[in-house]
Amino acid sequence: MIQVHGLVKSFGLKKVLRGIDLDVGEGEYLTLVGPNGAGKTTFVRILATLSRATSGQVRIGGMSVDEHPTDVRRRIGLVSHRTLLYDDLTAVENLQFYGRMYDVANLEARIEEVLKQVALYFRRHEPVRSYSRGMQQRLSIARAILHDPQVMLMDEPYTGLDQQATAMLREVLHTLAASGRSVIMTTHDLELGLEVADRVAILANGRLDYQSPARELDIQRFCQIYAEQVAE
Amino acid sequence: MSFLRKVGAVAWKDLRAEWRTREMFSAMFVFALLIVIIFNFALELRVENARALVPGILWVAFTFSGMLGLSRSFILEKDRGSLEGLLLCPVDRSAIYLGKMLSNMALMGIVEAFVLPITFVLFNLSFRAVPMLVVVVALGTLGFAGVGTLFSAMAVNTRAREVMLPLLLFPVAVPLLIAAVKLTAGVLDGLAMSEVSRWWQLLVGFDVIFLTLSLMTFDYVIEE
Repeated sequence: MIQVHGLVKSFGLKKVLRGIDLDVGEGEYLTLVGPNGAGKTTFVRILATLSRATSGQVRIGGMSVDEHPTDVRRRIGLVSHRTLLYDDLTAVENLQFYGRMYDVANLEARIEEVLKQVALYFRRHEPVRSYSRGMQQRLSIARAILHDPQVMLMDEPYTGLDQQATAMLREVLHTLAASGRSVIMTTHDLELGLEVADRVAILANGRLDYQSPARELDIQRFCQIYAEQVAE
Repeated sequence: MSFLRKVGAVAWKDLRAEWRTREMFSAMFVFALLIVIIFNFALELRVENARALVPGILWVAFTFSGMLGLSRSFILEKDRGSLEGLLLCPVDRSAIYLGKMLSNMALMGIVEAFVLPITFVLFNLSFRAVPMLVVVVALGTLGFAGVGTLFSAMAVNTRAREVMLPLLLFPVAVPLLIAAVKLTAGVLDGLAMSEVSRWWQLLVGFDVIFLTLSLMTFDYVIEE
């Protein structure tokens, strides 16, 4: 579903990504971990068509993100630490706007469905600015899945959430993973990353030198490998 | 049809959010009103020389207050992080541009609808000129909002973004403003269309050329 070959991204003279190769299959959940400044967000932004690669190829659903960005956008949903929502609009108004932009069929019914999925249906007519951070993040997930994307990209979705909100978000993400979507999630949280994913990868110094099926690792071993990779 | 629906969705979203807070409208309206009032007191105009100065005063009020709205148009999206959500949508970028331009134009139009009659009262002008003046103001606002929306998107990624917009916009908008001021003066003086036809040509020409250019270049301007 996602193929990345020789991906390089530079900002001026600074190389942030130094030749990334990665394949993510249909329905696969990949967690990408790495320290601050490793290039995780840049990597996700390129997949999401928000930033252009300096060189290399990225294909999603068989389509190049550079050549067919509009078609690629139809297939992806992005959840980041920023909610991408409009504070002055209600949950329903936010979803109506995005639904129209994505040409979602039976929009009102779909909005009701996703709001129930993220447990926000009963506060659907309140402005987003009155929501807690956790609620906003759940609405952000509703926004991202509204058009039923085949690929979910999640960039540090747990940032700024308390324990309760984290647990709730984790539940929502489990449901997403079970629905057969391909998911790439970046996180600092090694334990969480290992728990939810089919495969884990470590991005450090702009390189993706380590990948492994999550079931073959326990948290101690993963922490050890992570420390070695980051130190290199 | 789908394209127009998306243009409408972008404009609806902006106007809906503005309706909730009335943040920009209040600032733009008060600013425009202050300009008109300050000029009224500062110049102490008599009716006969008011006609010569009102066109300039009106367009200073319209463009300076419009600048406030235009400068916030993309900055708010950027600061709240919703610009990325907008750019993620699978739509032609020109739909985003047109939607934004329409909402900017609507906001300027509402402010103008309040300021115009107040100006006429303050300067003791006859309301007979208003219908024709509405056409001039609409065309001037279209051009100004059209170029302003493009430059607002351009300025949003610069460091001194709020300073950058007027520096970029006003030099380009000079032909539009000259045409709009001359036409407003012509309408207030009751001149025939033929006497001001070159200013109509300049105003309409500016709108057509710059709207086309803006539609063609917006895609490159908004990309990272």
